[in-house]
Amino acid sequence: MSETVRIVLNGDEREVPAEATLAAALLGLGLTRFRNSVQGEPRAPLCGMGACQECRVTVDGRMHVRSCMTPCREGLRVETDQP
Amino acid sequence: MSRRECDVLVVGAGPAGIAAACRAAECGRSVLLADENPACGGQIWRADRSSAGTPVAAAWLARLAASRVEILPGAAAFEADADAGVIRFEHEFETVEVHCRRLVLATGARELFLPFPGWTLPGVVGAGGLQALVKGGFPVALRRVVVAGSGPLLLAVAGVLSQHGADLLGVFEQAPLADLIRFSLRLWAFPKKLLEAAGLAMAARGVPLRAGWWVMAAGGASGGVSEDNARLKWVKLTDGWRETKVECDLLACGYGLRPNTELAQLIGCRVSAGAVAVDEFQNTSVDGVLAAGEVTGIGGAELSLEEGSVAGYAAADEPDRARAHFAARARYRGFAAALERAFTLRQELKGAVTAETIVCRCEDVTAGRLGEFKSWKEAKLGSRCGMGACQARTCGPAAEFLYGWGAGSVRPPVLPVRVGTLAGESDPR
Repeated sequence: MSETVRIVLNGDEREVPAEATLAAALLGLGLTRFRNSVQGEPRAPLCGMGACQECRVTVDGRMHVRSCMTPCREGLRVETDQP
Repeated sequence: MSRRECDVLVVGAGPAGIAAACRAAECGRSVLLADENPACGGQIWRADRSSAGTPVAAAWLARLAASRVEILPGAAAFEADADAGVIRFEHEFETVEVHCRRLVLATGARELFLPFPGWTLPGVVGAGGLQALVKGGFPVALRRVVVAGSGPLLLAVAGVLSQHGADLLGVFEQAPLADLIRFSLRLWAFPKKLLEAAGLAMAARGVPLRAGWWVMAAGGASGGVSEDNARLKWVKLTDGWRETKVECDLLACGYGLRPNTELAQLIGCRVSAGAVAVDEFQNTSVDGVLAAGEVTGIGGAELSLEEGSVAGYAAADEPDRARAHFAARARYRGFAAALERAFTLRQELKGAVTAETIVCRCEDVTAGRLGEFKSWKEAKLGSRCGMGACQARTCGPAAEFLYGWGAGSVRPPVLPVRVGTLAGESDPR
């Protein structure tokens, strides 16, 4: 029933639901560190609706994109902050 | 940069915005409906791949699709010049400038988050936040979830989580049981609302619901530096006397809703008690600018539809048709007032915060640091609290509850945007 698309997460090709938002897809892949806080703590989505800015990642080279507001699509490249 | 023109611009495509847009279009006005989300429906009617949604939502979305309303999805308003009737949006990394004769603000509400130790851990999400993520495709089947906080949204979220196969460990509502019983008795005056409440209770059946309990702390694994330890492992709750520690994978915690007033404030609309002030025709204090739905006060989808209808007709200069919705609007406002009383936040919630607890998540400012300041303005200047990417959308309302600090002023851009967008440049890509 559910179709998938392939995205590239930190260089690795991953399969995710076609209709998912990027934040939901990344959580589904088990990602816990979306971005580093000022002190370097891992942060992940809080509000799920575009307000809190905790789910920001780099999408196709653009920094600070809210993954909860970004639909998944074939070939999307995403980079998250590293520890 | 591209330029659009319309008679009526509606910002926000939830129930209020959809109703306003449809009504104005049905009166023959050219209407543009913009929303920063990729799809219409707002938060409450957010599409769920696994269920069809309510009949009311389906009917309004169908009505919108059949209307002449032009829809601009994925467009975030960041700047406004109300005197000139201009709102600027960032849309696909470019600027769209909309010129309108009337503006209807239907920017909705967001969740109120209150800090507690561990609330910044991955795995701690909002209640509505988790619902949005699940509807967005986050699979929660078999994951152990605790739902906590306050408000009728908690039961709705529990229902959605059950449907999606989550292992729901409990729903913890901070309001005392006596208040909830008084509230549910009040529901008899609202048959439709009663059915809704009953439906929510059914959906959450078999899940322990505890009133008068709240979150004290959340934590990860102790010791070690592995990445896996830096996520939620447990949550500690209290009723003021007893404590319980629950091991879980996710904590969905939200303390009710707060109006999204940023754009209205930028335009100069008067805000009272945290909501945009409106007259009987949903006019704000700024000429030509109307507001409808939760941005004018929290009241649910039915009230939003009535307010949106009034605003849509008023924006189309059809006052008589607007008046036809006054009675229904008054009824749902009565319900909203009862709701607010029942779910008043208890002062003990402040007690969860320790000196080390982060209050501002964007700038990692702790409660201990904020203790040095006497006002929101002082705290901003001295600690950068509220000056990060979310522009105080999370810590502002929290600080207001914790310290009684009033919200500060709002300046453009109201959202972080690309420098090129501000300059009105085309996307270089």
